[in-house]
Amino acid sequence: MTHRLFVPMIYLCLLLFGLLFISPIGFMLAGSLKPDARVLVEAGDWRAFWPAGVTLDNYRDVFARVDFARYLLNSLFINGMIVGAGLLVNSLAGYAFARLLWRGRELLFGLVLAVMIIPLEAIAVPLFYMVSLVGWRDTYLVQILPFIANAFSVYLFYTYFIGLPRELEEAARIDGAGVLRTYFSIILPNAKPVFATVAILTFLSQWGAFLWPLMVTSSETVRPLPLAIATFHSLPPLQWGDILAFGVMMVLPILVVFLLFQRWFVRGVAHTGIKG
Amino acid sequence: MRQPLLDSRNFTAAFMSAPALVGLLLFVAVPFLFAVALSFTNLRLGSPLPLEWMGFEQYRRIFSDPSFVRALLNNLVFVVVVVPLQTVLALVLALLLNRRFYGTTWFRTLFFMPVVFPLSLVAVVWVLIFAPGPNGMMNAFLDLVSLGSWTPRDFLHDPYFALPAIMLTSIWQGTGFQMVILLAGLQAVPAELYEAAAIDGAGRRQQFWHITLPQLRNTLIFVVLVTTILAFRLFDQVQIMTQGGPYDASTTVMFETVEAAFARQQVARGAAMTVILFLVVLLITWLQRRVARQEREVT
Repeated sequence: MTHRLFVPMIYLCLLLFGLLFISPIGFMLAGSLKPDARVLVEAGDWRAFWPAGVTLDNYRDVFARVDFARYLLNSLFINGMIVGAGLLVNSLAGYAFARLLWRGRELLFGLVLAVMIIPLEAIAVPLFYMVSLVGWRDTYLVQILPFIANAFSVYLFYTYFIGLPRELEEAARIDGAGVLRTYFSIILPNAKPVFATVAILTFLSQWGAFLWPLMVTSSETVRPLPLAIATFHSLPPLQWGDILAFGVMMVLPILVVFLLFQRWFVRGVAHTGIKG
Repeated sequence: MRQPLLDSRNFTAAFMSAPALVGLLLFVAVPFLFAVALSFTNLRLGSPLPLEWMGFEQYRRIFSDPSFVRALLNNLVFVVVVVPLQTVLALVLALLLNRRFYGTTWFRTLFFMPVVFPLSLVAVVWVLIFAPGPNGMMNAFLDLVSLGSWTPRDFLHDPYFALPAIMLTSIWQGTGFQMVILLAGLQAVPAELYEAAAIDGAGRRQQFWHITLPQLRNTLIFVVLVTTILAFRLFDQVQIMTQGGPYDASTTVMFETVEAAFARQQVARGAAMTVILFLVVLLITWLQRRVARQEREVT
């Protein structure tokens, strides 16, 4: 019933789309490895993807022109704090909503669901005004603190904990363990998938943060990579080789993490669709 | 289930949920209410005028500002073009990859890869791709596929091509995300449905229209919702690639907001714009819930 050309046709389509999708990445990589002057000149034909006479000059230039290591550390620190603190704070709340009986639970959970649809963009202006009033501009704190508590993360933890069998906790309760003890010794080890999912989703949505750092930072010392590449791009002289080298170095760490934990990334993203 | 307020269970629960709740209150709920309140004032940083209650004056001004109206229109055009294109592309890729051939995992990785690229990096790389002159990659590519009948353009400074250039950039970055969600949806379709259809003699095309699409409906609605909301939040690419130009051809609501609130220090006006953005998001979410619920009642 399947036509004998069916499979080759699928491969052909995939190959075509694949080439279109990978060409910007290939262009970036090849361009970062050749002399600045040739990047633009050779962009119009196959040579765009082929770095004849490979050189690492562009990479050296990046380090000479800006403090790349600083930006990288800023990004790693900011995102590490958001993801780490977020996992703790949001999972505790998710657990309290899913498994504890307390007054105000329904009302407060309603609040969590309500704020879930407010995007950062809708509150950026007053939030900026507020942090300016308390003098938080141009710090790490202002790039971390507002993003730790996350309604969608609380919701994901909540749905996961609701599905765990109650017997898990009952045994611990009988042994006299308190709620927190039960949480850390019984629930945590059984909830690795949801922690991985939330960690990856948080990381994916925060790693590229641009609007907020653009608004609240002005000095190089606290700026993260996404903002740094935009600034580097407009820093004269315009040398495309350097810019592409900056880009490759910026995306390489996350690309490696992605390739190593690909299954988890895909599962995490697929999870966003399983709601409602 | 009524318990005394100072019960130890209440205390533990409050202790556990407090950090998240305080965070959400302080950094989401309060700023949001503050945005609404500010939008009815004349607050402008560094202005000598006293703070005044203006009612709906800011909103009236915004909607009579041609740049903002253009921005809203651009966001709408972006939705109307990008959402269907990107969804169909993601669906095609998901369908092609929803089988176990040699190499499908490689292709999945490949199509998903742009998702881990920060948008600002993507925008910078695509500025280079859209370089003017016959040597620019996009110009050369269009010349190639049109068999030499393409006149090179300066895409990002062209009133007709600036917005489409941003659209293409966004599609490249966003399709993989949708594809993965759709793939998960496809894999959740029970195999028996296809087997039963095959026994009844339904062909591939019929199976697609009568099984795959209806089964995928809620996933598709979700994917469309997310992409539509993202389209209204569009900012990074505009800021880096075109600065909203030329002549507002590629400006967006968020770009206008940042221009008002920061470049011109009109905090109240910026706040009003974000309130409008929120209302749009609310409307889209409400529509999605309605459409998705109808479906559940039917099945």
